[in-house]
Amino acid sequence: MELEKFSYDNRIVKYFSIATVIFGVVGMLVGLTAAIQLFYPIFNFDLQYTTFGRIRPLHTNAIIFAFVGNAMFAGVYYSMQRLLKTRMFSDLLSWIHFWGWQLIIVAAAITLPLGMTTSKEYAELEWPIDIAITVIWVVFGINMIGTILKRRERHMYVAIWFYIATFVTVAVLHIVNSFEIPVTLFKSYSWYAGVQDALVQWWYGHNAVAFFLTTPFLGLMYYFLPKAANRPVYSYKLSIIHFWSLIFIYIWAGPHHLLYTSLPDWAQSLGVVFSIMLIAPSWGGMLNGLLTLRGAWDRVREDPVLKFMVVAVTAYGMATLEGPLLSLKNVNAIAHFTDWIVAHVHVGGLGWNGFMIFGMLYWVVPKMWGTSLYSKKLANAHFWIGTLGIIFYALPLYVAGIVQSLMWKQFNPQGFLEYKNFLETVVQILPMYMLRAVGGSLYLVGTFIMIYNLIKTAREGDFVANEYAEAPALEKRRIVGGHWHSVLERKPVIFTALTIVAILIGGLVEMVPTFLIKSNVPTIASVKPYTALEQHGRDIYIREGCVSCHTQMVRPFRSETERYGEYSKAGEFVYDHPFLWGSKRTGPDLHRIGGKYPDSWHYYHMLDPAAVSSGSIMPPYPWLFEQKIDTSETVGKIKALRAIGVDYALNYEDIANQDLNLQAEQIAKNLKDQDGIVVGKDAEIIALIAYLQRLGMDIKVKDN
Amino acid sequence: MFKYYFEQIQGIAIWPIISLTIFFMFFIGLIWWVVKVDKSYIREMKNLPLD
Repeated sequence: MELEKFSYDNRIVKYFSIATVIFGVVGMLVGLTAAIQLFYPIFNFDLQYTTFGRIRPLHTNAIIFAFVGNAMFAGVYYSMQRLLKTRMFSDLLSWIHFWGWQLIIVAAAITLPLGMTTSKEYAELEWPIDIAITVIWVVFGINMIGTILKRRERHMYVAIWFYIATFVTVAVLHIVNSFEIPVTLFKSYSWYAGVQDALVQWWYGHNAVAFFLTTPFLGLMYYFLPKAANRPVYSYKLSIIHFWSLIFIYIWAGPHHLLYTSLPDWAQSLGVVFSIMLIAPSWGGMLNGLLTLRGAWDRVREDPVLKFMVVAVTAYGMATLEGPLLSLKNVNAIAHFTDWIVAHVHVGGLGWNGFMIFGMLYWVVPKMWGTSLYSKKLANAHFWIGTLGIIFYALPLYVAGIVQSLMWKQFNPQGFLEYKNFLETVVQILPMYMLRAVGGSLYLVGTFIMIYNLIKTAREGDFVANEYAEAPALEKRRIVGGHWHSVLERKPVIFTALTIVAILIGGLVEMVPTFLIKSNVPTIASVKPYTALEQHGRDIYIREGCVSCHTQMVRPFRSETERYGEYSKAGEFVYDHPFLWGSKRTGPDLHRIGGKYPDSWHYYHMLDPAAVSSGSIMPPYPWLFEQKIDTSETVGKIKALRAIGVDYALNYEDIANQDLNLQAEQIAKNLKDQDGIVVGKDAEIIALIAYLQRLGMDIKVKDN
Repeated sequence: MFKYYFEQIQGIAIWPIISLTIFFMFFIGLIWWVVKVDKSYIREMKNLPLD
């Protein structure tokens, strides 16, 4: 058979690898800053662009989409060409993909500190960037499918299946979760409201973890681990079952992020059951990875690449056992909203994704530069510092999470809350936050060691931009028969379609009922849309990222109703575009904050939280007192909200600004009466106070 | 509450049964195939990354 000559494109892999390293460092530095802010609030720098609420999404987006994203693309472009024995479909598409993705990252790095955010976790970017992501993702998809179609290898190796699943699922997730109605160029409202928004968001959030952080990396594991160990994967059969069961089951588990919330019970139970089932495919994958090294464990002692991968796969196993356990309602009742969850995701992020990336880079860079690693010693040092970093990161947060949760729930013999002041429970865990920052710093130091090592390696070798290879062309003969699954592996298009079906079933079953029956969220007659001023306040709340630290979801526990008030009902959120339930309580829940304190308390508290609550770690928000409410946007906002179903009175937009002024004057007057505070009625703080005072008031029984 | 709305849809009961059946059949088929599959094919696939 005639051999065809072609070359592999290494340059695109090199660029994605460089981007991985650069944005990895940026993302980690931002994360470290956010970690330090939690015990030294001074590091919020009194600047609106650097407060915790704004840089926390910057950290998560940088790590997920810039660090892990670029690494995924580097690994996919490297392995895919070699597994399919062909160059990528189109060099042009590869480069559009690369530069487009970097532009999106830069856009995110600019807009998030500016407070342009949808507030939906890991989907914070505003609508123009969402569209750009869609376009670039499709470019990636075309390039990938095109490469598969022009392959010289009849069958698709299991890694390719994981890449296909990644592509189609992320596309579906991103589009469905990003439905929003634009108000201005950088402000939009989520199409969905309240419970529905929460369900869609966590269907997205959970599966972003599954299909952005897990499936592509399993594909990379199935390629790079056998490569590095120089032996085939332990069981290819297991990998087939692993793949199908993982993508089938993962998509159902989203609701476990919303246990004990106002989400309907059946959806919560569905989430729990499928989460438990997930242990099987996850551990199937982990064991398949680890057992690949059976009989070769002596090599793990020698080879830093294998060391990193072994810890990565082990971290994957731990995180995927912990995840299902956290979805049990009784465990979740303790862990949810605490630092336990933060520890959990970082075992996955630092351990699984981070170490997999490091292992891959240590393997790929010497290969592409045609040399060997500059220093094994430094790589080993990186390995140990990084591992220690993970331990120092995770353990203190496990302690912090459990301690704080138990303090929240502690009653004294008289039947009152033992720690009535939320702040007591925060002060208690500050030392743990400090230790966590130490862990993060160690991890970062390790990363710098790697960068030095890789640069030195590259300097010693010569970069091979086009790696020449040859393989026989794929014959055009028609293969009849073979078993149905091997037929499937030859037919990428059918395979892709089946993958879509597999992931759609779960999503549809969960969401269709909630949408069909819009009226099923029991409406509460007294729940009214936000006034124009309150809506402005809500948008400020979103802009400042308050949702990063404050939940708006009182769960039906005695310890919570005692502390915050009546538990939250689904019907209270029907006008919340987007929902702001939050996922972490660094500060107290705010769903029943309305009417709890006088306006002047909020005024002083936002100006200097530590002066009102001694020891508070909340940053001050001085700019809210200088910036003016942008009333030019009021009409647009009301119209947009009405278009997506908010029940405003007829022609409310015409009088909205009048209404806004009246309410603002009243608050300004209250401030003056309460404490002689003189402030312009057009200051942003007025709108924020209006919103905070409204929270939870709809169903409050008014005293006469 | 949800039951009420589900009852409004004609023949709703068949849906979960169909879903479960498809789900079940697919995995039975998959496992059947995995057990029966040709060893040399598996060996070939396994060694793809190492070529």
